[in-house]
Amino acid sequence: MKFKINNRFRAVLGCLLAVGLLFSTPSLAFQQDSLAQETEVSAVADTVEEGDVDTAATELAATDTASAAAGEAVAATTTTTSSASSAATAADEESQIDPQVYKNLTYYILLFLILCTIVAIVCKVLSIYDLTRKMNGRYNPFANNTFQSVLFLIFLVGFLAMLYYGYAVWGSWAWREAATEHGQRIDTMFIVTTVIITIVLVVIHLLLLSFPFIYRMRSAESRAYYYPHNDTIEKIWTIVPAVVLTILVLFGFFTWRSITNVPEELQKSAIQIEVLGEQFQWQVRYPGNDGTFGKRNYKLTTPMNSYGIDFADKHAWDDIQGSDIVIPVNKSVRFHIISKDIIHSFYIPDFRVQINAVPGMTNYFQFTPTITTEEMREKMDDPKYNFVMLCNKICGSGHYNMQKNVVVVTEEEYKTWLSTQGKYFTEDLQKEFASADSGDAKELTTASLN
Amino acid sequence: MSSTVISHGAAHHDAHDHHQETFLTKYVFSQDHKMIAKQFLITGIVMAVFAMVLSILFRIQLAWPDTDFPILEVFLGKWAEGGRIKPDFFLALVTIHGTMMVFFVLTAGLSGTFSNLLIPYQLGARDMASPFMNMLSYWFFLTACVIMVSSFFVESGPASAGWTIYPPLSSVPTSIAGSGLGMTLWLISMGLFIISQVLGGVNYISTILNMRTKGMDLWKMPLTIWSFFLTAIVGLLSFPVLVSAVVLLFFDRSVGTSFYLSDLVVQGQILPNEGGSPILFQHLFWFLGHPEVYIVVMPAMGLTSEIISTNSRKPIFGYHAMVYSLVGITVLSFIVWGHHMFVTGMNPFLGGVFMITTLIIAVPSAVKAFNYTATLWRGNIRFTPAMMFAIGMVSFFVSGGVTGLYVGNAALDINLHDTYFVVAHFHLVMGSASIFGMLAGVYHWYPKMFGRMMDTKLGYLHFWITFVCAYLVFFPMHFMGIDGVPRRYYTFTAFPFMDKWFSVNLLITWAAIIAALAQVAFLWNFFASIWRGRKATQNPWAANTLEWTTPVEHIHGNWPGEIPTVYRWPYDYSKPGHHTDFIPQHVPFSETMSSNLPHDFEGNEEAIRIQNEWNKENKREVIEG
Repeated sequence: MKFKINNRFRAVLGCLLAVGLLFSTPSLAFQQDSLAQETEVSAVADTVEEGDVDTAATELAATDTASAAAGEAVAATTTTTSSASSAATAADEESQIDPQVYKNLTYYILLFLILCTIVAIVCKVLSIYDLTRKMNGRYNPFANNTFQSVLFLIFLVGFLAMLYYGYAVWGSWAWREAATEHGQRIDTMFIVTTVIITIVLVVIHLLLLSFPFIYRMRSAESRAYYYPHNDTIEKIWTIVPAVVLTILVLFGFFTWRSITNVPEELQKSAIQIEVLGEQFQWQVRYPGNDGTFGKRNYKLTTPMNSYGIDFADKHAWDDIQGSDIVIPVNKSVRFHIISKDIIHSFYIPDFRVQINAVPGMTNYFQFTPTITTEEMREKMDDPKYNFVMLCNKICGSGHYNMQKNVVVVTEEEYKTWLSTQGKYFTEDLQKEFASADSGDAKELTTASLN
Repeated sequence: MSSTVISHGAAHHDAHDHHQETFLTKYVFSQDHKMIAKQFLITGIVMAVFAMVLSILFRIQLAWPDTDFPILEVFLGKWAEGGRIKPDFFLALVTIHGTMMVFFVLTAGLSGTFSNLLIPYQLGARDMASPFMNMLSYWFFLTACVIMVSSFFVESGPASAGWTIYPPLSSVPTSIAGSGLGMTLWLISMGLFIISQVLGGVNYISTILNMRTKGMDLWKMPLTIWSFFLTAIVGLLSFPVLVSAVVLLFFDRSVGTSFYLSDLVVQGQILPNEGGSPILFQHLFWFLGHPEVYIVVMPAMGLTSEIISTNSRKPIFGYHAMVYSLVGITVLSFIVWGHHMFVTGMNPFLGGVFMITTLIIAVPSAVKAFNYTATLWRGNIRFTPAMMFAIGMVSFFVSGGVTGLYVGNAALDINLHDTYFVVAHFHLVMGSASIFGMLAGVYHWYPKMFGRMMDTKLGYLHFWITFVCAYLVFFPMHFMGIDGVPRRYYTFTAFPFMDKWFSVNLLITWAAIIAALAQVAFLWNFFASIWRGRKATQNPWAANTLEWTTPVEHIHGNWPGEIPTVYRWPYDYSKPGHHTDFIPQHVPFSETMSSNLPHDFEGNEEAIRIQNEWNKENKREVIEG
């Protein structure tokens, strides 16, 4: 049966190859220079196929592939951009896609088919090898079993290597010290959790991937050990995780409460800043000298008053519009997060701060930054480094670029900066407000019409 | 028992009914559980391939954000003008990929296939309790799939608010194009899908409770059946809540109610809705959404238990513990949904409570992982492709499960919520693990489904490439998440701190492409073997469960004669004293005097006396472990 499959498979492949080559003959000139590229690609792909035989090699091969692919992609870019530009000129007459595009696709499909053929041939060679072994009476029915169990061992080595590489390289890219007080507590917990789970992960994988090798079926006579249960062991490995988890839960619970459950007097004494999310930007409002935000009513939103501030409330008159989020270091800041349209998320990775901006309700997050932007730049050894607040809840086509700079400065700098920022109650708005003052009701109806 | 009565009827019915089967009743509107299982499986595979292609498309965008791929324009038209996927369409790809994978592939494709195939087979029943409902369940599912795919042919595009479809994004068409007709189709599709799930679930539960063969008490059921049973219960209790969420959302969109909407100014336009809360939707959604991940992973665990035990030639370690942990997961899965909402503005105290319940659910999960490992210990392991996938499933479940300790912890979740860390976590623990459980099941029960064997060499090739590449895809994502890279970002070029992940994104995309190509080996193997595979024997894996006592050729009513009676649990592998390394469930203890243990008789004094006499006569000494 297997023979039949392979024969038919190859016949089909042969036909497809022939058709494909016929199809691409007019572009033989192009083929000349692209051939070199393609053989390179197929070589890479081959190594990956063989990497299947040798898993450790796969790790390397895959990274090689990635880098080789990067180079290849660059090459492809140059060809495609040139074809794109020619396409652009053609587009003036009629929007037509360069035939080269189809040819490229055909090449890739052909490449893949060649790969399939190679796999089929290897499979067939292997079965012929098995057959000859059988004829010679030297066939070992457990050879493949041993082979696969060895692959598991090799995978184990690869897995541990990947774990190490990940922690050492990617981990160092990803890990930055938290720039807030509560963030440091979160980081401690993060590290404790990481230590625990790394131990669990490594131990279980050592067992899970070495047992297949140690206890592989070696002969037709070998038997497993009949061992349906052991209540003591099962109790141990129920209770131990339970205890560890209880510790983590308590640790986490109290940290969580300390972050979210801020005493009322601290809430009031903190610097108040309101952030409003909308598609696809953020607006920042400081309460001004009176320390209180003016009321906001979404129904008052007009093109001029896009924030929807109710200027009938005198607290609103001194509200300051911040160009960035600027906060003083070592001062508790309380953020009021609101949304104008849909759900966004106020997320500052460096601060370990996140809370959603939900229309119709206000969310709060209070924290104390401990590192100024300048200090962070020194630490990161990157003079351009900035803290950034980004939207972290899917919100539409501009979601990927909805950001606001966060600048942590000293107290004096903060005050100077604040004095340079404009007010929400601009002169234009004041005029509009004064004219509308005569008839409040009229003002409301025009607003809702807008 | 009622099954004896049915057996007479069915045997009689069978003899006269064969020639009346038309193509339409046999292959299309079939009421036979085996055919429905195949229908579910093949539909599931088609949807999986579709969703996989979508994932490759968005991976290409993420790896080469500044490159044109004119070929994409050929296939996608205005959604990839100039060969670049548009941001709106990117979100649609992500959304539909998630929806299809979670609901159509891993819910219907996995538990629909194997519940239908194995429940009657392993319990010793002629068919499901209600074959007609079973057929309806499939047709509702297929209709749901067709409607979901059809949303790609709508001008405003498919739904693109993420698979969690949080309003207001999903309810206000001006906020994103996909929330127009595409979203309506999504909701209709989901409504039909839930009907399908409820019909299926009722059927599975009633079959398991009422139609077990003689001797098959609950504690003699294979773990597969336990997992399908508990999965069906979870589904039946949680899916209706999604109906309410979907219906209210439908009202908000089409009738003008304000269940989820309040205080909105979208694109400069003030909306009239007042008094609703988007958080309400999240509660309703995750009340299903979290049990859903257990709906996805529990059948995979059941299949894995069975396959690991069979191929280790060793009883599953701690059968009772395995069942109790499944029960524990079932119960706890209903009280953990809030961990998806730690930073949404839900009362923070509530967040603390959900954190406690969430971390408790890690205990039964850990017990399962340890028990799998203990089953391998001192086994006699045979590496069929199914076994490879089962081991891979455990590996993924552990690797993805441990990171649950971060995201389940409210304080740590602040920084990880909705980042790539979460993407890595759930793709390993419920995505890859369940897919591997499903593939293990396909390789293992393929002979039962199609009467032929799959090619093992292609199976190994498929396994190794997929296994390695899945790790290469998802493992690096953890670190991106720790760095604060959010999910569902169209490109990472807008933020300087994400530049360093460029090489990692390339690695991920190449690994994904290679893994996707490796699936061709599976597809070829699967479909070619239906006609050209080696003919299967009746019990190719030397397994104990009842499905391997049925003839290879499918017949209506499963067993030609009487349904076998069950005498023992399904995991008597390598029992000392017996001449083979397996004793099927229908073999009575009187035929295995040389291997019986006192424990087997469950306190039946008479049987113990007979056994003791036999032991004396044959000078057999029994040491009960």
